[in-house]
Amino acid sequence: MQKKLVLDSNQLDITLDRLCQQLIEAHSHFSDSVILGMQPRGIFLAELIHAKLEKLVKKKIPLGYLDTTFHRDDFRRREIPAKASETRIDFVIEGKNVILIDDVLFTGRTVRAALDAMIAFGRPSKVELLVLVDRKYTRDLPIAADYVGRYVDTLESQRVLVELEAQGYRQNKIWLVNKDK
Amino acid sequence: MSKLSQRHLLGIKNLTRQDLELIFETADNFKDVINRPIKKVPSLRDVTIANVFFENSTRTRLSFELAEKRLSADVVNFSTSTSSVKKGETLLDTVNNILAMKVDMVVMRHASVGAPHFLAKHIKANIINAGDGTHEHPTQALLDSFSIREKLGAVEGKKIAIIGDILHSRVALSNIFALKKLGAEVMACGPPTLLPKYIASLGVIVEWDVKKALAWCDVANVLRIQLERQQIKYFPSLREYSLYYGINKKILDDLKKEIVLMHPGPINRGVELTSDAADSHHSIILDQVENGVAIRMAVLYLLAGANSPK
Repeated sequence: MQKKLVLDSNQLDITLDRLCQQLIEAHSHFSDSVILGMQPRGIFLAELIHAKLEKLVKKKIPLGYLDTTFHRDDFRRREIPAKASETRIDFVIEGKNVILIDDVLFTGRTVRAALDAMIAFGRPSKVELLVLVDRKYTRDLPIAADYVGRYVDTLESQRVLVELEAQGYRQNKIWLVNKDK
Repeated sequence: MSKLSQRHLLGIKNLTRQDLELIFETADNFKDVINRPIKKVPSLRDVTIANVFFENSTRTRLSFELAEKRLSADVVNFSTSTSSVKKGETLLDTVNNILAMKVDMVVMRHASVGAPHFLAKHIKANIINAGDGTHEHPTQALLDSFSIREKLGAVEGKKIAIIGDILHSRVALSNIFALKKLGAEVMACGPPTLLPKYIASLGVIVEWDVKKALAWCDVANVLRIQLERQQIKYFPSLREYSLYYGINKKILDDLKKEIVLMHPGPINRGVELTSDAADSHHSIILDQVENGVAIRMAVLYLLAGANSPK
């Protein structure tokens, strides 16, 4: 298995700081903004950004987890049903500006499912998407991210591996991995 | 990612503990879904399910139908009283005709033991047993264990007494299988005539005195006397049964401990449970009904997902 480092711990920190500044620029006081981390892997990134943002704007920002499993369009098209994770949204998203956060944007199908899943909780006034890694030219659907940590050129056979300390890894690192044939 | 070891849900007997736990974890998520403002998810939108009920049912049938609709499946309902079964059509013919209309899953209740197992050998669709005679009622046992897990935090190590007409109860048998697999201690309690002869060989404790059973257990699952299945007299009168085996508020209060009271329904109030006991704070009977929908959604989801149309 060949691995190539995309972002190391320091670079990741700088990137996250920049993403937070961009969010503050767009949302200023976060009075009507909420953050939704996408299960299962987007929630760790969402927690990191949420903690940084709260420190920067010095106020509480609602943070929730959104699971898309039951809204996926590949159900019955894969061998094993996807396992669901917890959805936890204990605030109202009706009329709010929602910032969806995931680690990697690939085909866009998970984001489509997330939009679908989110509507069950109300009608947000605006939805934005933040991703740490945007894999270029791989979209199956007309979906684009509003905030991007790093654009990466990838092959279909490659995979982006996000290792965060919160997930139990020793250091924050983002890798590009060649899948074994 | 994981899947069930079986294509059909015929009984608890052939499920593994991992299967049970996977169903519970999935049901946790569905319980969350059915408590949202929009209680529906699109997972099964390309699946058609037939509910085939050869025997009467209120709760199970409603619960399955709601579970199917909350998963966005297409649902057809069938009951014998209004069908051609009355004209002499066989079970296999009836079901094959339903399947010819492109049905993917069959939920079936039948008065004969083994009817769903027979079908599973002959047809391609996934089959879910919603009760076969006095044999098994797997989704009821799943929702019972799920309710215990929710109320007490775990099933393992807990003491559960199943009280009443064990002989005619499919709920009892499925519950014993499920509880034993999950590591609980199980006791069967009832008049000797209503306890199957070899019940102890399933690894359950046998007790004839309901007060001793209640003093022993953490959870009492009380069953109905199934008069419709009793061809001969097993006890002198219902009044006498309720005098010796009926549970009332006073018996519960005298225990001086917290006990969880369950009943699969329908309750015959005043026979196995008095109203003040059934409606007391011990009772989780209505939670069981709510959990029934979540459990059935989980079972349908896991079975349908493993059966890709390709």
